[in-house]
Amino acid sequence: MRRIQMTVDGRGHIAEVEPRLLLLHHLRENLGIGGVHWGCNTTNCGACTVLMNGESVKSCTVLAVQADGAEITTVRGIMENGLWHPVQQAFHETHGLQCGYCTPGMIMASVSLLKENPEPSEQEIREALEGNLCRCTGYENIVKAVQMAAPYVRRSEPVAAS
Amino acid sequence: MIPVAFEYEVAESVDHAIELLGQHGDEAKLLAGGHSLLPIMKLRLAAPAMLVDLGRVNDLKYIRDEGDHIAIGAMTRHCEVERDQTLREHCGLLAYTASLVGDPQVRHRGTIGGSISHGDAASDLPSALLALEAEFVIRGPNGERTVRATDFFKDYLQTDLAPDEVLTEIRVPKLGSNTGWSYQKFNRRAQDWAVVGACAVVERSNGSISTARIGLTNMGSTPLRATAAERALSGADAGSIADAVQNADEGTSPSSDVAASAEFRRHLARVLTRRAVEQAVSR
Repeated sequence: MRRIQMTVDGRGHIAEVEPRLLLLHHLRENLGIGGVHWGCNTTNCGACTVLMNGESVKSCTVLAVQADGAEITTVRGIMENGLWHPVQQAFHETHGLQCGYCTPGMIMASVSLLKENPEPSEQEIREALEGNLCRCTGYENIVKAVQMAAPYVRRSEPVAAS
Repeated sequence: MIPVAFEYEVAESVDHAIELLGQHGDEAKLLAGGHSLLPIMKLRLAAPAMLVDLGRVNDLKYIRDEGDHIAIGAMTRHCEVERDQTLREHCGLLAYTASLVGDPQVRHRGTIGGSISHGDAASDLPSALLALEAEFVIRGPNGERTVRATDFFKDYLQTDLAPDEVLTEIRVPKLGSNTGWSYQKFNRRAQDWAVVGACAVVERSNGSISTARIGLTNMGSTPLRATAAERALSGADAGSIADAVQNADEGTSPSSDVAASAEFRRHLARVLTRRAVEQAVSR
């Protein structure tokens, strides 16, 4: 067992973990964050995407011990001042989901994209979401959601609910 | 999809990592970003008893302009290689190839040194490093040595690294204004491994090719140079490229799998080498 500490959605957590424990399972089972989805578990589908020190990672392919000392952000931790993050609201507005299983990962991958590239083209959005699979939507409304959110993220403004 | 239990140590430095590897022999594996090793451990295709984590060795995270070449620390992540201005300006092939590895999440974690040490013939960076005639700096208990990329990849997932050695640095040349490059990656779906890929680094002189170096992805058990096509391309001009690459698959031994037959891979090697050389001579 190994003692690790990390900040998850702004709160510090200390835990004793087995080295083989995946960050995904640490977040879901030890910290109870069901918003981190357990999908393919093979680094393909991206449902488990979280931010590690501000950048998107697939939490099924990071050991919890590798994240010792890291700042982790999940879909639970991106609301600002009690309002949904612009990317969350935009997914709602454009209906960028059907079953919703991929949505937390899609949102976190999109948040990471907009930090790195605040004004992405449609092609850049599609390429940036290459690591996130959606088996329902055909991606059209997901791309529209990111396009809608981008200017609000640039201005740090919430998207008004319709 | 959970790895077999293992012991875990954090290396404080390269020397500490070498010491830990020495204590545990071939039971130990180095962990870099973990984006080759952890997936195969989760599939239980690998079950090392000890992981030595290089993730905290910040001395191995750098990209430096060294005059005639660029030195890249082994723990530099793909996303950093992809965005680095020095590499984009002087060794665009490497920055571009890094941008095609996996997906953004993978590039945020995966490292250049980890990818090379894994030695997978289907991954993109090794064939680019072959075409660039990169050099690898390796440190072990008896000091440091330098190995050419051409001599590094030995067999399927086997490299020149001894169990107690650490790849520390990758050196790539600065490409001059008469040097063009291209990487042509063929795959069927986004995010997939290359079915086949071809990298070209071409020196131009008076409207023809003086030398061409071709690296092939996924055309055998190791990344390969297409030496027969390289010889045929020497002295070729734009009109004779298509003929010169007809033997681009000579000396390769591609496998047949769900993605492609060996025969189709040979076809792809010729087509992609032609496209790579044509693009390289025009930029």
